[in-house]
Amino acid sequence: MNGGAPAETGLEAIVLEARRTRDFARITEAIPYARFLGIDVDVKGDEITTCMRYRDDLIGNPALPALHGGTLGALLEHAAIFELLWTEEVKPLPKTINITVEYLRSARPRDTFARAEITKRGRRVANVYATAWQDRRDRPMAQAHAHFLLR
Amino acid sequence: MTSPDLAEPGSLREWMARIPHQGAIGFELVEMGADFAVGRIPYRASLVGNPATGVVHGGIVTTLLDTVGGMAALARQGEFLVMATLDLRIDYLRPSTPGKDLAARVECYKLTRNIAFTRGFAFNEDPGDPLASMSATYMLNTPAARSSSGT
Repeated sequence: MNGGAPAETGLEAIVLEARRTRDFARITEAIPYARFLGIDVDVKGDEITTCMRYRDDLIGNPALPALHGGTLGALLEHAAIFELLWTEEVKPLPKTINITVEYLRSARPRDTFARAEITKRGRRVANVYATAWQDRRDRPMAQAHAHFLLR
Repeated sequence: MTSPDLAEPGSLREWMARIPHQGAIGFELVEMGADFAVGRIPYRASLVGNPATGVVHGGIVTTLLDTVGGMAALARQGEFLVMATLDLRIDYLRPSTPGKDLAARVECYKLTRNIAFTRGFAFNEDPGDPLASMSATYMLNTPAARSSSGT
């Protein structure tokens, strides 16, 4: 064999391997934009928490200072997709149909965390809710509702 | 940071360039009209969300649309105001074409004393072939920003 079929080099194979070894970094390292934002994932039991590590170049409002709202939306979308990949064994990569991000507080220059829950999983579409916070989970910075196409 | 003069396009570009995340993603303000703005983010490998296809992540489309929507609100206001995104909804109409720049044109169709209402599209090269549609609202002249920026 000369390295296997092309599909095995894709994200699907990486997700399977990450699930087998419970090493989520295999997934985040395979996604260039997740690396760019400094995103990693903490796995505890059956729960995953997606974290965006603070870096100066995430700042969107230097006067406050506050993180760029777009990075919070991106974190929430990552958390939602990761939840589907990890707990629902969805494949291939879910496609975002739509996402609504609500901004509740400005995000300070520090690490930001996100968790997602699948409100409903149908055969073709999943509805996912995600929330992002910094110091206190009961004081979220942003939340998102999104639909994903699963096939 | 001193506020830019909207009548002077160079002043706004200079102000944008001092925002760390805009520099990190290579955001360019292309045009500002009486009630709309056009912006662009050049294609980069670091923005890819699906390594198998080279399609950029939805999160970068969120950042682009959030930014250009804010610029559209400024355009309609005709003067510089600090603002905060309240919510942002994005519908994905098709995948972004791999290797192509992302662009967005957003219109501020209504401005009240407190709120800017915007809608627009993201596309690659042809505005007539949109990849995402958006609608977002912004709260103008947010008190937290006003007190910390000293204006």
